[in-house]
Amino acid sequence: MTTNAIDTNPTLLGVTPGAIDTIPSLATLRDETFRHLQEVGFPGPKHEEYKYTPLTRALEKLSLDDQGETGAVNLGDYAIADLDATVVAFVNERCVTPFPETEGLIVKPLQEALANGAGENHFAKIADAKADPFVAWNTLAWTYGLYIEVPAGTTLAKPLVILHVSDGAVSKAARNLVVVGKNAQCTVIQKFASTGKSTSYVNVVTEAFVDENARLDLYAIQADMPGQIQFNQTRVLQKDNSRVNSYAFTLGGKLVRNNLALALDGQGCESHMYGLYLLNGDTHADNHTVVDHMKPNSFSNELYKGIMDDTSRGVFNGKIYVRPNAQKTNAFQSNRNILLSTDAKVNTKPQLEIWADDVKCSHGCTTGQIDEEALFYLMARGIPRSTARAMLLYAFAGETIDAVGLPAVQQYLAQRVSQRLQRNDF
Amino acid sequence: MLSIKNLHAKIGDNQILNGIDLEVKAGEIHAIMGPNGSGKSTLASVLAGREEFEVTEGTVEFLGKDLLEMSPDERAREGIFMAFQYPVEIPGVSTINFMKTAVNQVRTHRGLPPLDAVSFLGLMKEKMKLVDIDQSLLNRSLNEGFSGGEKKRNEIFQLAMLDPRLAILDETDSGLDIDALRIVADGVNKLMTKDKSIIVVTHYQRLLEYIVPDFVHVLYKGKIVKSGGKELAVELEAKGYDWVKDSVVA
Repeated sequence: MTTNAIDTNPTLLGVTPGAIDTIPSLATLRDETFRHLQEVGFPGPKHEEYKYTPLTRALEKLSLDDQGETGAVNLGDYAIADLDATVVAFVNERCVTPFPETEGLIVKPLQEALANGAGENHFAKIADAKADPFVAWNTLAWTYGLYIEVPAGTTLAKPLVILHVSDGAVSKAARNLVVVGKNAQCTVIQKFASTGKSTSYVNVVTEAFVDENARLDLYAIQADMPGQIQFNQTRVLQKDNSRVNSYAFTLGGKLVRNNLALALDGQGCESHMYGLYLLNGDTHADNHTVVDHMKPNSFSNELYKGIMDDTSRGVFNGKIYVRPNAQKTNAFQSNRNILLSTDAKVNTKPQLEIWADDVKCSHGCTTGQIDEEALFYLMARGIPRSTARAMLLYAFAGETIDAVGLPAVQQYLAQRVSQRLQRNDF
Repeated sequence: MLSIKNLHAKIGDNQILNGIDLEVKAGEIHAIMGPNGSGKSTLASVLAGREEFEVTEGTVEFLGKDLLEMSPDERAREGIFMAFQYPVEIPGVSTINFMKTAVNQVRTHRGLPPLDAVSFLGLMKEKMKLVDIDQSLLNRSLNEGFSGGEKKRNEIFQLAMLDPRLAILDETDSGLDIDALRIVADGVNKLMTKDKSIIVVTHYQRLLEYIVPDFVHVLYKGKIVKSGGKELAVELEAKGYDWVKDSVVA
């Protein structure tokens, strides 16, 4: 048995071997990644990409010793009402739902798929282990996750929901690979939850290949996970005329880092990225996004909004690259924030690097407080302050929810968010 | 209905109201006129409960209750409505949803059951006609991208929906052309009954040709310096405010 121990801390480097150790064809990748991680280590507090989000330190401090599994997970608690979906649920690393046998769709444990040679062309190629130490760690440590293949020309009628439940004080790594064939369409929703208030760590990497004329809708819904530290990396490679919609809703957690990277390696691509982070207590949520326009004539649009209360902290970093030959690119980005308390913070940074000259790009970021004039106007019509405040905050956040294409998901989020906002203690 | 006694108010270090006395009875229409900076809009804001203004002296009773003790939303539920001089644009909140929330808050306060969707729509259609406002406008975000006239008509539409006891119209005529002015004034007049009162705050006499006041008060340097009947407004229009200023100095 090989040991992965670079560090004795199991959250920084799992002592149990990951699934990759069982796949002979990936032995070289495993060894290279291991050596790479040994060399670069985990990012310290001054690392540019992690300076606002001290993930390494949080993991060093994390103690997972006391609580085991409660064994009392009710999946229904985390379901999206009225959503007709194919659900694959994992409690810790165990799949607790039957594997779906959906016509026109291949869904397998990733380990099994890779052992049989499926997905080899894309695995660890879209999410390069060297791009980020936490991705490198995931590559070595993942023990569960899905291989999802939508064959060319297939449109999936039902969205696929991957439910990740952390039961008790656990650390785990998950890996997904999504391959959407030419002219195919599918929706993948990842939903995260944890039981009780246990501390837990989840490191999940999802890589997706979206072929010509294909469409992929990707959701990450992070709610009901108090005490969770999460590293969530999504990397997508888009081919000609493909379309990707990405949605990230962070409604809770202890420390959440979302990395989203879209590589538009084709002409006529369209990419939409929406995010909402609604933070209170001492929750810390960081969204780092990268849109890489590699070829001409593509379009990307990004809208992230945040509301921070108490001592919570939001971080947004949005990079847009437009390569020299990516002429006629349209790329837009907007990040807007509301701070509800003097102790809440947000760090927002747009980063545009444009090497082509015939492009349309814009970005904007704002941080403000609730509009007192608007609040007074609503109150002057008889609406109590708390309700008026909730209305204004919902009006602000709602733009991201309105962009959700699935009515049941939209309704679910609208309900969750407005309930949260109506609570006076928020 | 409304009894203002010796009202003093300031914003920051700026003393604006210097002892206002005013009695408004049910069924009466009062006009408050005065030159710019005389404190007209401050008076309206203080009555509506705007928190930037600090009342330093005096009392205001509304229907026998201490108005100054109430928050802005309580005042509105008790039956005070202020039509804003500059209605706020609120993206993401439609006028319809906003009004539904507001109407039901006011109804609950009056001990009435909340309106269901159908009755609300019925009420809305009826009041829309009153100010000649289109439903498509009300489906949109509150006042966002509305013209000046549309905003003011929306204020009167809200007035009609909430059915208050006392309406305060703060410079409702500003930015209105003659046709819009007529529509707005007609709407207000149709809403007026014996158990209601109106305070019209205005710089010009123009609006008072349509909403005819029982009393006209001239405000200058934070005090009412002259009161009279509707003919006072005409006299002011003819002679200008300097006439009042001079008479105060004299």
